[in-house]
Amino acid sequence: MNIVENFDLYAPRLVDKEEYFNAGHRACSGCGEALAIRLMCKALGEDTVIVNATGCMEVISVMYPTTAWSLPWIHVAFPNAASVGAGVEAALKVLRRKGKIADRRIKTVCIGGDGGTFDIGFQALSGTMERGHDVLYVCFDNEAYMNTGIQRSGATPFGASTTTNPAGAASQGKDEWKKNIAEIIASHNVPYVATACHSYPLDFMNKVKKAREVEGPSYIHCLSVCPTGWRVQTEDCIKAGRLAVETGVFPLYEIENGKYTMSSLNPEELRPVEDYLKLQGRFRHLTTDSIEKIQDRIILENNKLLDKAENLHSWAELEG
Amino acid sequence: MSERIGMEIALAAAEAVALCKPDVVAAYPITPNTHIPEHLSDIVAEGRLDADFICVESEHSALSACCGASGAGARAFTATSSQGLLYMAEVVPIVPSMRLPIVMAIGNRALSGPINIWNDHSDIMSQRDSGWISMFAADGQETIDMMIQAFKIAEHRDVMLPVNVNLDGFQLTHVVEPMMMPSQKEVDKFLPAYKPYAAVHPDNIVSMGSLAMPEIFNEAMMAKDQVLINSKKIILEIWKEWEEQFGRKYEPIGEYRMEGAEVAMLTLGSMGDTAEVAIDALREKGVKAGLLKMKLWRPFPVEELLKAVSGLKSLVVIDRAVSFGGPCGPVCLEVKSALYDQKERPLITNYIIGLGGRDVVVADFVKIAEQAIGAQKKKPAKAYEIYGVRGS
Ligand SMILES: Cc1ncc(C[n+]2csc(CCOP(=O)(O)OP(=O)(O)O)c2C)c(N)n1
Repeated sequence: MNIVENFDLYAPRLVDKEEYFNAGHRACSGCGEALAIRLMCKALGEDTVIVNATGCMEVISVMYPTTAWSLPWIHVAFPNAASVGAGVEAALKVLRRKGKIADRRIKTVCIGGDGGTFDIGFQALSGTMERGHDVLYVCFDNEAYMNTGIQRSGATPFGASTTTNPAGAASQGKDEWKKNIAEIIASHNVPYVATACHSYPLDFMNKVKKAREVEGPSYIHCLSVCPTGWRVQTEDCIKAGRLAVETGVFPLYEIENGKYTMSSLNPEELRPVEDYLKLQGRFRHLTTDSIEKIQDRIILENNKLLDKAENLHSWAELEG
Repeated sequence: MSERIGMEIALAAAEAVALCKPDVVAAYPITPNTHIPEHLSDIVAEGRLDADFICVESEHSALSACCGASGAGARAFTATSSQGLLYMAEVVPIVPSMRLPIVMAIGNRALSGPINIWNDHSDIMSQRDSGWISMFAADGQETIDMMIQAFKIAEHRDVMLPVNVNLDGFQLTHVVEPMMMPSQKEVDKFLPAYKPYAAVHPDNIVSMGSLAMPEIFNEAMMAKDQVLINSKKIILEIWKEWEEQFGRKYEPIGEYRMEGAEVAMLTLGSMGDTAEVAIDALREKGVKAGLLKMKLWRPFPVEELLKAVSGLKSLVVIDRAVSFGGPCGPVCLEVKSALYDQKERPLITNYIIGLGGRDVVVADFVKIAEQAIGAQKKKPAKAYEIYGVRGS
């Protein structure tokens, strides 16, 4: 056994045994988003405040008078997790400065679905990132408005059938490509941006830990498989996430102070995208032409990314 | 000791807020409230106030950031007007449901469209049923006083509700008046440090802002209504304390020359001061006229209204907003429904005036009162009149 394999066996034992997102919530079986949140909380630890946007995760976790959370948690509405988080962060900072709360760092972590991040919450997110709040924002991207019944969002991939752009005789599902939100957030000069997926739990948790330490804004984009919305067997949740990475649909990378680093978990050679698509009912209708188009786009996007990883330097290196 | 000052009222409002030492201020510019947050940011920049001023990217975020701050145990303040209030409207009713004692100044301005930056009350009337405590200042002094009272009322353990203080855009926000500004020592004596009932912090774990199923939603709404209704008692107590400390009296409905009055006008906000002069003129003419100046709009002061109008032959309700397609203006609607069950009630007429900053002068109030007296003989054909419309 080489060192890496040893590490893979050993590392899970280092994961916090404490549960902060507890059993008994009402997520669908096989929910990737709920799993990801549980892992995120373990990586964050107890000195954390969670600010939740409306969406599946809020609805399934806090049916009054119950709560799945044993971290302090606040929810106000759908579009405003980032601005509520800005207020929480400001309050914790001022109250600490004034000696009104304990003198230790508490991390404010905002969480939202792709709808609450790409679309309706985008303005608030942009504002919070631009203003430099000490806030980690984690987007749990299940590629549609799942809470309201699988409607199209700016994160829905090309060709996917949703309840508001269904495939049919005159439609192949979504006609547009997914918005590159990580890139947009990085353009706010955010010091730490990363992509991750619950199917690579240690990688995701390490990124969360890294982001937590950043003093200032950080952003993690976590692809979260939704068996219900993707029309995937519940037992295939983890597999679907792995295939997203193995086919290059969802590459794993970090952007630290402007420097792109590809994760070693990305494959040397991409598997054909068909392997990923055929697992999911939402792509069932796709023609060979469409699949080819998607394959071409994946190669283009991966090349763009590799080019950045190769050629872009960290800000420190670029200082005059 | 309070200090006599001459200052633009918006700036005085900001000074009064600063005396309350908010921890977090989040605001987005919109005329005519803007001078309030601008001046607060000056005060923070000068180092006179230790607060975080968040220059949010929208009013939705302004109130959202205040929710986060208040939820984390901070004293939070925001201010807005008109479209800004509507832009934050999604969050407005959530604040009282979460029992977050945020204070907001509203520099009242007409809602678009057509777009117009001047005063009327259509902005706050649109948020009337959201569950906030809502007050109207008639002048600069009341603005200062209410800003300070608002924090104490909002944070009272038996209240824990947000308060909005309404001051008419331009007519108040941009006017320079002589006022008494309380000292820091006086405000510290009046307003205790904020001790939140619950706050999101790892030392005391709570979940705030849960989902309520139909099985519990009725009860939640009942509780929200009850706490707002019950807040009147606390408001009256705190106003009494204010009077004892500062010598200025506050009542849900202030009275001016109501002794022996047969006809009275009822106003909200700065119109009251102009109407007072009209009442003097009417009294001089021998008309038994008086004025009711409503300061507390929510919770609606039903008992005080009944008492104030008893014995009146005629009541003229002055509205500064239209309830489009409704039976009359929004204030008149409420006054009429409060009086419906009374055996004896005055004849009620309703004038909607001063929309979008249209000037209203003393002579207008005199004319309106005289028309209302005339209405006792011949009931007007319409339940309300939009007063002063050109060509009518
Ligand atoms: C202003 C507003 N518009 C619409 C909704 C309805 N709504 C609630 S959750 C939701 C979808 C959430 O989707 P997403 O953010 O992707 O999270 P998910 O549920 O998929 O985890 C929508 C449309 C709302 N609550 N508020």
